[in-house]
Amino acid sequence: MAFVQNFPFFSIILSLFSGPLSSILGGKAAKRLNIAVISMIGIMSCAVLSFTISSGESYVYMMGHFPAPWGNEIRVGVLEASMAVFFCVIMLLCMLGGERERLAEIEPEKQNLYYIMVNLLLSSLLALIYTNDLFTAYVFVEINTISACGLIMIKQNGRNIEAATRYMIMSLLGSGLLLLGICFLYDLTGHLLMSNIKEQVQLLNESGDYHIPLLVSLSLMSVGLAIKSALYPFHAWLPDAYGYSTLSSAAILSSLVSKGYIFLLVKIFYRVVGFDIVRDSKVINVLFVFGVAGMIMGSVSAIKENNIRRMIAYSSVAQIGYIYMGFGLGTTAGVIASIYHIVSHAATKSLLFVAASGITEASGDSTDFFDLTGAGYRNKLAGVAFTVGSLSMVGFPMFAGFISKILFAQAAVESLHKVLPTLIALALSTILNAVYFMKTVIRIYTPEKKSVAAQKGHTMIRIMDNPVKSAALVCFILLNLILGLCSEPIVRLFQNGLNMFT
Amino acid sequence: MSRKVSDQEYKKTRSYRMKQWFDGSKDLFLDELEMKPQKEFTEDHRTVRQREEEKRRLFERVYDIKHNPEITVFNKIYRLFCVCFCIFLVIMLLTAVSNLPTTGHADNPVNNEVSRRYIENGLQETGSVNIVTGMILDYRAFDTLGESHVLFIATCTVLILLRNDRKKGKNSIADMEENDRIHEPKNDVILQTAARILVPPIVIFGIYVILCGHLGPGGGFSGGAVIGAGLILYLNAFGFAKTERFFKASTYKKLSFGALACYALSKCYSFYTGANHIESVIPLGTPGAILSSGLILLLNICVGIVVAGTMYTFYVMFRKGGY
Repeated sequence: MAFVQNFPFFSIILSLFSGPLSSILGGKAAKRLNIAVISMIGIMSCAVLSFTISSGESYVYMMGHFPAPWGNEIRVGVLEASMAVFFCVIMLLCMLGGERERLAEIEPEKQNLYYIMVNLLLSSLLALIYTNDLFTAYVFVEINTISACGLIMIKQNGRNIEAATRYMIMSLLGSGLLLLGICFLYDLTGHLLMSNIKEQVQLLNESGDYHIPLLVSLSLMSVGLAIKSALYPFHAWLPDAYGYSTLSSAAILSSLVSKGYIFLLVKIFYRVVGFDIVRDSKVINVLFVFGVAGMIMGSVSAIKENNIRRMIAYSSVAQIGYIYMGFGLGTTAGVIASIYHIVSHAATKSLLFVAASGITEASGDSTDFFDLTGAGYRNKLAGVAFTVGSLSMVGFPMFAGFISKILFAQAAVESLHKVLPTLIALALSTILNAVYFMKTVIRIYTPEKKSVAAQKGHTMIRIMDNPVKSAALVCFILLNLILGLCSEPIVRLFQNGLNMFT
Repeated sequence: MSRKVSDQEYKKTRSYRMKQWFDGSKDLFLDELEMKPQKEFTEDHRTVRQREEEKRRLFERVYDIKHNPEITVFNKIYRLFCVCFCIFLVIMLLTAVSNLPTTGHADNPVNNEVSRRYIENGLQETGSVNIVTGMILDYRAFDTLGESHVLFIATCTVLILLRNDRKKGKNSIADMEENDRIHEPKNDVILQTAARILVPPIVIFGIYVILCGHLGPGGGFSGGAVIGAGLILYLNAFGFAKTERFFKASTYKKLSFGALACYALSKCYSFYTGANHIESVIPLGTPGAILSSGLILLLNICVGIVVAGTMYTFYVMFRKGGY
């Protein structure tokens, strides 16, 4: 066994260990530790990725002295490793981008608690990515939920406490449904290991036994994870949670936390139940309908919104809808498009949050839409970054969003009955996206009268005023361009990964 | 008088106090118990009126019922939908449950090679007489590692929410002590006597449950909960001044870090050796002896410390918001 193969385990343990370690450190030391841990895990995941690409197959790593159905194990392939790399990059940039806001908004004594949350969140995301055992997945879903709550309420005012409560109730409901689904599945198959469950489920499907409990279990797990990742009718917790929490929390929550659950759902579809059975079960049709509804309704709510942070949050509802629509198509191409959209949306949404904070900073910390007039001139880099993010969301060529939209359209053409609704929804949602994003871009590039600007307390912000955030923004823009311009190898990577995945 | 001792000396003895207590001539709580009576909850008319006004305004201005009749309609449909949805959910789950394999049947899918190996080889492979402990701390130790971090992160979120960092003026230490007195009396003789008798056995029993987790029923989670309960009882009886001699916020930090680090490092070793097929050097010992079953004893102690600390910290945070 090559030494590189240990790295996924090292990265989970390292991030898990750094949580308690931050509890005895001060705020500054905890911050440095956090940055160091994320970068180290990113580098290790890169090594794992290159190893799995060169070996061309996924491998199983035993957690302990006992082989799989008895002990725990993790399974590493190209898709898992690339997700890990990507999550680390996004998380690092989010943490760098929101550094100054964290200092200002979190009580000094509680700074280190924030980094405990982030470290454990990262470990839970990694475990969700790598695990090959349903119950391990559930344990880390718990860690994920609690730490996400902590990330929301670290900024202690009424709105955030309310948002955290709402998030907690909805998210625990989702966890409960997921757990129920896992229990049903365990009772039917007698296994918790994903590959063994799949064998048993195939047998049950052929013999036709236990059809109803199997269907119920599948739908409970899907709905549970859909609630946790804010699919349209279950999205009520989302706007407040993303709109008022501190910047890096909002960026991490929108770009990573919900995506971790979606990745788990992909895993359940492919590795636990088997995609054929999922397709025949009609559960994906429900997901498809919800996804399409989310694409439209999320954008409509975003258009009505006057607060720029909440507007971006509502746009997340629409984008999560895209991802579920891709699952709902029921083809491998659709799932590839969804996975690509997980990546492109995560990169773009965190860019938008960081850029929006730069814009509001230049407008006297007002998030109100009408105070943002001319903010693109006052904070030039943030203006450019926001424009890039908006164009990407709308689906302008050269940027990440364009590629995922084109993948969705291609996948729709391949599917049998869903071509028309998908294409119409895509077109409609693109127009709606353009309405609110372009409206904002035009607003921030409309020059403000000098007299009004002075009165509103607007300030000029130069690039060097906050070099870390500027660097993060530049990296985000570059990431977006890479995803938009060199999509071919990445898509091929995901295809290989998905083949290895089953 | 047939008494041998003088009156003055007699008044110091236990039997005199006992007699007083029987007579009812002295109340042990008077002048001893420090307690602030709770104020009865009263509301003057102005606050009531203000609240009603606010509620009315909420409907008028925020929801704007007059101009948005759809909200009333929505509320009605919402309630109806809730009921329908609950009924649907109940029916769906009941149908699913009634279609599950019969509980306790020998041919159930759950009775497969997985549980068979746990039952048949559990003792040889883990060295633990208690198969459940062997399962959670050796076969599936990774899950339990996650689970103990769930407890840790739950405490951290409670700290975020409730810890008073004494920054604001109104939350000075004296005020906090004052507020604390409302909920818990100080120097309650009955409670103190009971606690003096009960706390040592409780804590010792907790330690026993932890240490013998691999030999019989018990383990880190249950034993830790017992110790945590003992600590909470002690705190209730004797107050923060006594407990802070040995258990402060920094103690909790160090203990939980030490326990979790110990857990993570020892499991790191066994995961690494297991995955790379290196023989582990930790002996399993003779089953039944207290020092046996490899790392399980150590892990049980770590889990116990984390659980006890978590319970105690939860209680302290909800009661006072700080040590």
